[in-house]
Amino acid sequence: MPEPPIVIESVFKRLGTKQVLRGVDLSVAPGESVVIIGRSGTGKSVLLKHVVGLILPDAGTVRVDGVDVPTLGVADLLELRKQMGMLFQGGALFDSLTIGENVGLPLREHTDIDESQVELVVHEKLHLVGLEGVDDMRPSSLSGGMKKRAALARALALNPKIMLYDEPTTGLDPITADLINRLIRRLQERLGITSIAVTHDMRSAYHIADRIAMLHEGRIHAVGTPAEIQATADPAVRQFIEGSAEGPLLPT
Amino acid sequence: MNETDIEPLADRGPFRFILNGLRDTGEVIFLLGDVIRELPRGLGKVPLVVQQMVAIGIGSMPLTVIVALFTGAVAAVQASYQFRDYVPMIYLGTVIGKSVVIELGPVLTALVVGGRVGASIAAELGTMRVTEQVDAMEAMGISPTRYLVVPRVVAATLMLPVLTIFADVVAIFGGYLVAVLTLDVSSHTFTSGLRLYFHLRDVFSGLIKSVFFGAIISMMGCYYGLRSEGGAEGVGVATTHAVVASCLLILIVDFLLASFLFRVLFA
Repeated sequence: MPEPPIVIESVFKRLGTKQVLRGVDLSVAPGESVVIIGRSGTGKSVLLKHVVGLILPDAGTVRVDGVDVPTLGVADLLELRKQMGMLFQGGALFDSLTIGENVGLPLREHTDIDESQVELVVHEKLHLVGLEGVDDMRPSSLSGGMKKRAALARALALNPKIMLYDEPTTGLDPITADLINRLIRRLQERLGITSIAVTHDMRSAYHIADRIAMLHEGRIHAVGTPAEIQATADPAVRQFIEGSAEGPLLPT
Repeated sequence: MNETDIEPLADRGPFRFILNGLRDTGEVIFLLGDVIRELPRGLGKVPLVVQQMVAIGIGSMPLTVIVALFTGAVAAVQASYQFRDYVPMIYLGTVIGKSVVIELGPVLTALVVGGRVGASIAAELGTMRVTEQVDAMEAMGISPTRYLVVPRVVAATLMLPVLTIFADVVAIFGGYLVAVLTLDVSSHTFTSGLRLYFHLRDVFSGLIKSVFFGAIISMMGCYYGLRSEGGAEGVGVATTHAVVASCLLILIVDFLLASFLFRVLFA
């Protein structure tokens, strides 16, 4: 049986004086959508950044398509990243470029397709996320939700096989959040994109996940389908999904 | 002891400054290596380089011209005060010309441009870092060194000598104006003095220095900008570090280059 596209084994990571990850194990099957839930500051985004090699583990392995990410040289790492798309929490659109230029940047950098083709793909990707007529606008003149959608269009520009979403719906109004959730689901179902999403929005997690994994105290505390997670008796998971201040998880 | 309580060595009092200094030096050398490796592909991004040349070069022109004008003017006032009763005024042009092209032009231009451009690069890249734009670039498979650092370093290294040439001319003109209009030195005396002992190698030595200063300013801006962390405060700290490090390195490298150029190369 071929190895799953994303395999994370015994990953440890310390940032400053804080031991953030203490032996994380997680693997994602082809075409599967895994959602990592957990409280703010538990290292969900840190874990996600390990997958693209933006952060290297202190110990443990991260393999993408069978390739050990931390051991890759700069050139190989950049090459591997072309097959992945990542949506950042705040969108991370480049301020100095227009929306059209932002979405077209990966195409202009990594492909030889001519300018008219680039324009076509940019329009197609922006249309996919429900944005029209914003090509010439700067990111600063868009709302938070529009920025996130434009960033999603940019992440999809090279038709990645793997998508990583960092808080895809945080800070969005419920309608836009639902639009993003549906889009993520559609990408997975139609294009078979393997994905990991990090969120603490349970509504979004139930919508987009095949499996939900809860990161707690630096480890994967529980994993299961949305139905299993909803039915769990584990007190920490229950407290988190119910959003209660009372339980084993103390306020930070 | 709890494992989270272990204090990294670099945070302990007396070690901190030494270790941070060594770390910064090492990382800057690594960044310089990256810049050299990415240079061929980075140079291919002509629009980005040109954009930075305009921002760094043309954008700094008004400041450079004003600084140079007053530098030349004050050099004339000070020199004439020291010459009075001892040195003939024909040497006023000589001393202004020499001091401007060898030292004042390149160094003062680098210091003011270092403040302006170093801060602007550090703030821009720092903001990109803390808003995850640099991470996004890397996640897209685009090298930030190639896309952000190389165009800035190339542009600054090319434009600093150009700014220095302008500064030299304007500063000498400033000295000339003060000498002729307020110090009772004739135009002929000043220009004759300027030509006296004029060596082209003096001009070149100043321009060679300015090439290094351009590289220092842009490298410090990029290095501290790219490693900023922690939001607005972090960007502020990065900007301060970039400017302070640029100014210190400009003065240190000025001494080293002056020693090499005038004691070894042109000796």
